[in-house]
Amino acid sequence: MTGLLTRARFILGAVAIAGFIAVAAPAHAQQSAPVDPDASVVNEQTLLREAPRIEGLIDQPDGRARVLVQPAGRMWDHFHEVTLHWLGAIIILGTVAGLAAGYFVLGRIRISEGRSGRKVLRFSSFERFVHWLTAVSFIVLGISGLNITFGKLLLLPLIGPDAFSAFSQAAKYAHNFTSFPFMVGIILIPILWLKDNIPDKVDIEWLRQGGGFIASKHAPARRFNAGEKMVFWGVLGAGAAVSLSGLLLLFPFYVTNIAGMQIAQVVHSIVAVLFVALILGHIYIGTLGMEGAFEAMGTGEVDFNWAKEHHDLWLEEQMAKGRSGLTAATPAE
Amino acid sequence: MARMKFLCDADRCIECNACVTACKNENEVPWGINRRRVVTINDGKPGERSVSMACMHCTDAPCAAVCPVTCIFSTDEGVVLHSKDLCIGCGYCFYACPFGAPQYPKVSNFGSRGKMDKCTYCAGGGGSEVPGSSEEYAKYGANRMLQGKLPLCAEMCSTKSLLAGDGEIIAQIYKERVIKRGYGSGAWGWMTAYREGIAV
Repeated sequence: MTGLLTRARFILGAVAIAGFIAVAAPAHAQQSAPVDPDASVVNEQTLLREAPRIEGLIDQPDGRARVLVQPAGRMWDHFHEVTLHWLGAIIILGTVAGLAAGYFVLGRIRISEGRSGRKVLRFSSFERFVHWLTAVSFIVLGISGLNITFGKLLLLPLIGPDAFSAFSQAAKYAHNFTSFPFMVGIILIPILWLKDNIPDKVDIEWLRQGGGFIASKHAPARRFNAGEKMVFWGVLGAGAAVSLSGLLLLFPFYVTNIAGMQIAQVVHSIVAVLFVALILGHIYIGTLGMEGAFEAMGTGEVDFNWAKEHHDLWLEEQMAKGRSGLTAATPAE
Repeated sequence: MARMKFLCDADRCIECNACVTACKNENEVPWGINRRRVVTINDGKPGERSVSMACMHCTDAPCAAVCPVTCIFSTDEGVVLHSKDLCIGCGYCFYACPFGAPQYPKVSNFGSRGKMDKCTYCAGGGGSEVPGSSEEYAKYGANRMLQGKLPLCAEMCSTKSLLAGDGEIIAQIYKERVIKRGYGSGAWGWMTAYREGIAV
């Protein structure tokens, strides 16, 4: 009985094993095909075609280190070293050349009736403070900013690497900290002068007469003529752009990633170059280009005849209000 | 003259991070800085790969090009070094680097990043210090190249995933591996760093 049972168990077992092998054999045959562990791997170049950066996980707390490859760095390098150098040189040198040509062709715009000796208050002491706060900040920012891009081409060969690095280090800190008084100025400027810089019909007439430059007669203007209004809006727009992009650069990686930092630097540098060109024109017309203009921001008082020639409508308003010791009864001539 | 390169065979990297640790120890890297890191792509998914990454010592290194004080340069062996005496800590090299290699010891704002630090290929520094001197070691880390040794991260890699040495030789080693085992996910970063891949 026991022998029979054992034999039956053996037969059953043998059948079971034979069946298992029969079932398993094709599966085994499949597994023996060559295995490619890279079949499911995404290739680097494929990943870079899908996204500008390859990011993964790291065992380090620095989130920036998660980016494995960002070929955009080379594009930013090209922008900074080729595009920006050419763009900056052409725009700034072009502006200087244009202003020089303007000076030699048109010469200094004189007060055609000569000085009257009477003064009209054009800018209050607070207005002049805001102007010079912004202006001095801008000059520091402009020089230290241009040094970062052009210093190694222009200044480094002159003073050598050690002195140039010491200067650039100081210029970097100057740039970073002077940005704050500049931003205060950019906030105060519209508070003071926005109401006088809204474009109106007088500007169309002023522009039609070429600002009085071409016909050498004086175009009508209220407190600010169309040219000054363009400077105002240019300063406000460019000031806002460099301030916002500058804040991103000043607090790196707080609100943006590597691509955002690169874009912030591109915006900052292009707008800054245009800003420098705009301000070069502004400095020219305020000093060398026009007699009697600098006093407005120097002492705050301009000559009566200068005001009559350049801001006739504003002077009439001031006289009507009886300001600056002037009354409508006072004859203009 | 050999052209020194790094190559990480991602099919061998086991994400042990020993290269990171070895680098920190060998060079006594400042606190908070990791000159090398291991990035894992597709973590936990099919096709997961880990790549050990540091400065790749690029051809036409973008960091050197954008540096406003030109303190970064390539040696005759293609190793990218810099001078911490000249560095002004502007952060531009980090924006330009395709591999996120440059790092700064300070994390505060207002331009006070401190002097840039990055992988030196264990070749000392690019400053005025005497090669192999303790001054050089304190500022930049080990100068193993002076002793005829390769970077420690690659030397001690347990799976020999990370290779360092003459670019042509390590490319040949990688090619032979790919041919023998029948697969390879490519030389990560080579197209960006050296403008050439490794064709197998």
